[in-house]
Amino acid sequence: MTNISRRGLLRTGAAAGVLAASGLPLRAQDAKRGGRLRMGLNGANTSDSWDSRTHSDIFMTSSAQGAVFDSLTQVSAEGSLVGELATDWEASSDAKTWTFNLRDGVTFHNGKPFNADDVIESLQLHVAEGSKSAAAPIVEGVEMKKTGDLQVQFTLPTGNADFPFLLSDYHLLIYPAGQIEEAIAKGIGTGLYRVQSFDPGVRFVGTRVDSHYKDGEAGWFDEIEIIAINDPSARMNALMTGQVDVINDIDFKTEPLMRQNPMIEVFEVTGNHQYTMPMLTDTAPFDDVNVRRAIKYGINREEMVQKILQGHGMVGNDHPIGPANQYYAEDLEQLAFDPDQAKYHLKQAGLDSINVELSAASTAFNGAIDAAQLAQASLGVAGINVSVIQEPADGYWSNVWLKKPWCLSYWSGRATEDWMFSSALEAGAPWNDTHWDNEQFQKWLIEARGELDSEKRAEIYRDMQKMLSEDGGYIVPMYANLTGAASTRLGHGEAIGNLFKADNNRLAERWWFTG
Amino acid sequence: MDSVARVVAQRLLLGILTLIVVSVVIFVAVNLLPGDFAQAFLGQGATEGAVNAIRRDLGLDQPLVLRYFHWLGNALTGDLGTSFAQANFSSFTGTAAENLPTVASQIAPRFANTMFLAAVTACIAVPLALTLGILAALYRNSLFDKTVNMVTLSSISSPEFFLAYILILFLAVLNPVLPSISNIYADMGLGQRLERTLLPALTLTLVVTAHMMRMTRAAIINLLASPYIEMARLKGLSPMRVVVRHALPNALAPIINVIALNLAYLITGVVVVEVVFVYPGIGQLFVDAVKNRDIPMVQACCLIFACAYILLNLLADVLSILSNPRLRHPK
Repeated sequence: MTNISRRGLLRTGAAAGVLAASGLPLRAQDAKRGGRLRMGLNGANTSDSWDSRTHSDIFMTSSAQGAVFDSLTQVSAEGSLVGELATDWEASSDAKTWTFNLRDGVTFHNGKPFNADDVIESLQLHVAEGSKSAAAPIVEGVEMKKTGDLQVQFTLPTGNADFPFLLSDYHLLIYPAGQIEEAIAKGIGTGLYRVQSFDPGVRFVGTRVDSHYKDGEAGWFDEIEIIAINDPSARMNALMTGQVDVINDIDFKTEPLMRQNPMIEVFEVTGNHQYTMPMLTDTAPFDDVNVRRAIKYGINREEMVQKILQGHGMVGNDHPIGPANQYYAEDLEQLAFDPDQAKYHLKQAGLDSINVELSAASTAFNGAIDAAQLAQASLGVAGINVSVIQEPADGYWSNVWLKKPWCLSYWSGRATEDWMFSSALEAGAPWNDTHWDNEQFQKWLIEARGELDSEKRAEIYRDMQKMLSEDGGYIVPMYANLTGAASTRLGHGEAIGNLFKADNNRLAERWWFTG
Repeated sequence: MDSVARVVAQRLLLGILTLIVVSVVIFVAVNLLPGDFAQAFLGQGATEGAVNAIRRDLGLDQPLVLRYFHWLGNALTGDLGTSFAQANFSSFTGTAAENLPTVASQIAPRFANTMFLAAVTACIAVPLALTLGILAALYRNSLFDKTVNMVTLSSISSPEFFLAYILILFLAVLNPVLPSISNIYADMGLGQRLERTLLPALTLTLVVTAHMMRMTRAAIINLLASPYIEMARLKGLSPMRVVVRHALPNALAPIINVIALNLAYLITGVVVVEVVFVYPGIGQLFVDAVKNRDIPMVQACCLIFACAYILLNLLADVLSILSNPRLRHPK
């Protein structure tokens, strides 16, 4: 892994140019140009457009950030941050002022040369009057100054060591300044593939541009076609019959059939996508840390991974930081099913047995009701009597989640620790689904945000994960894998991105035909 | 001929009346669906404030009756509204809501695709059903008759997705002659388009053939007992000529009715087949819209389905009048 390079990159990305080679697929040496890639992806909608502010699902993120457009920075398949339209960057010591140098000689698909104006105007889109872009919190209050034709200086309201990382967000695409409306209508970017045809909710066809700054590093296909196949069986059929070369999100029930086919490779990576069981830590009986600990030991995580995810996942450790995060503390002690420990902690709370209610509905995640029943069975052994309340799926997120003392939920995770913690566990945050309010935790959160020394940050984030794992109410029984299947004619790097589906949205850019 | 025009005008008026009643039913039913667009769209982010803001933006906080007349008035002038998903996306970007694609412009290409699929299916299914029906009537109670009956009845009794997967298994997996997904596009040549459409069309053929074939058979057999058929036989005409020339014209009215009903089904009942074959028709659009509680889109689709039924039934009525001299020249 590239832990060292990732951390070294924090303060300055000056080495990004050198690192670019290692940030790319390790086997890219074998890659060669040619062929027409056909991808079958879900998440397509008739209301899709090239406006990145509306992007939320894999079909558009793969078509836009993964093919037609570029961002300032990108996360490599190995997880390190490398430059895309930016070549390198540097922060002031308080992590408030960031200077980005931009790539020279880049042109948009319509011939317009790329420069600092494009960056500023594109990022301003997200804070435009009335805009509800999900990326608004990243650029809100950021002062942007053109300090050269190919240099931009950002001044942040408060120090944020993650800023270059946040700029790799799939909403923050770079459009040509002064022509943004046209660029959104037609799909004009600086990416490897220009739009040949786009039929919202049906398909996108892109043609490789003749010359590109990523030549020799990415963009191996001559043409790509992304086909919207929302139905899982239809997606599988399409791959099995050779109508497409690669699909995402395989159906676990038919997966053994797929594995039998020698022409198909099933691939999966564990990322940050997590199924959770948040309990309100300010509501009895979950306000007692001993009760929370008893429940942590009473849940059989291994069984849940096997039965709910059919083994396509990993046990969680009751904090929201996943393997796709930079400072994921994998050396923390893993919580495991231990009825004796659970009984011990229950005793500490002064109880022999306890009755609790767990609210569940299928909308929380696939198999949520089954997961609740598994929890009921294993907790019963430890003297914790769970009654599973089946809630209606409609209105679950407004009537049950954040309201009932204990329920099921999910989080897709965030690219950075700070973003994740401040969304789900910062005191006062609207989505703080455990009502977590811990003074020390708050202090650490603020401290780490402005800390540029990555060793120190790693330590703080480790402490925060440890605290949640031991005391928190944010139960994470499992991480669900990101899955897909591809024809064996396709080649890819040794690592596959685990932040987003389809190799961090960039499959069309990174993969190639071997045959 | 005058009387025919009057009957058609009468039926047309009745059709419009039916349509208005249907529009009320659609509107009430869609609005009674549990859950609403704001919650379906926001998912986990559905806080009370956000839900209320969206409901206000989309006019969902207005009384039901007011919304109905507003919708009906617009629909009568051909304006089916803007889909919620579009309107909501526009508020995301802060752009004006004027240049958004309307429901009508989103449905049009999808509807054209569905009509294409229906046409291809009809071209296969109608002649096939008629031929099989006539032959079954001709050789009734023979082995042929029994086999045809059994096969068509079992295919109509199986769920569509099952038939679809059986066809995929035999025609796309074991003998890869046809593509398993039918993704067609605007700029595709007719030949390729037909090839891609064939598998869903065959599935639908299996579904609709039985009904039409059995009605043809029953109507003809019914007539074969009539005295004038006996006369024709006594004249020494061949059985084929008796059936085709003498029995069939008089059996047309019920057959046309059944064909019209099945054609309407080809437009409105293709949802499952379109999803299985990833065919970009109105059925898929409809499923997405229901999933997202996109009310204008659902209402527009329902209205189109209702129109298809009413118009095709009207056409069937008119055709059966024209095919029957007694109705054509009433005393």
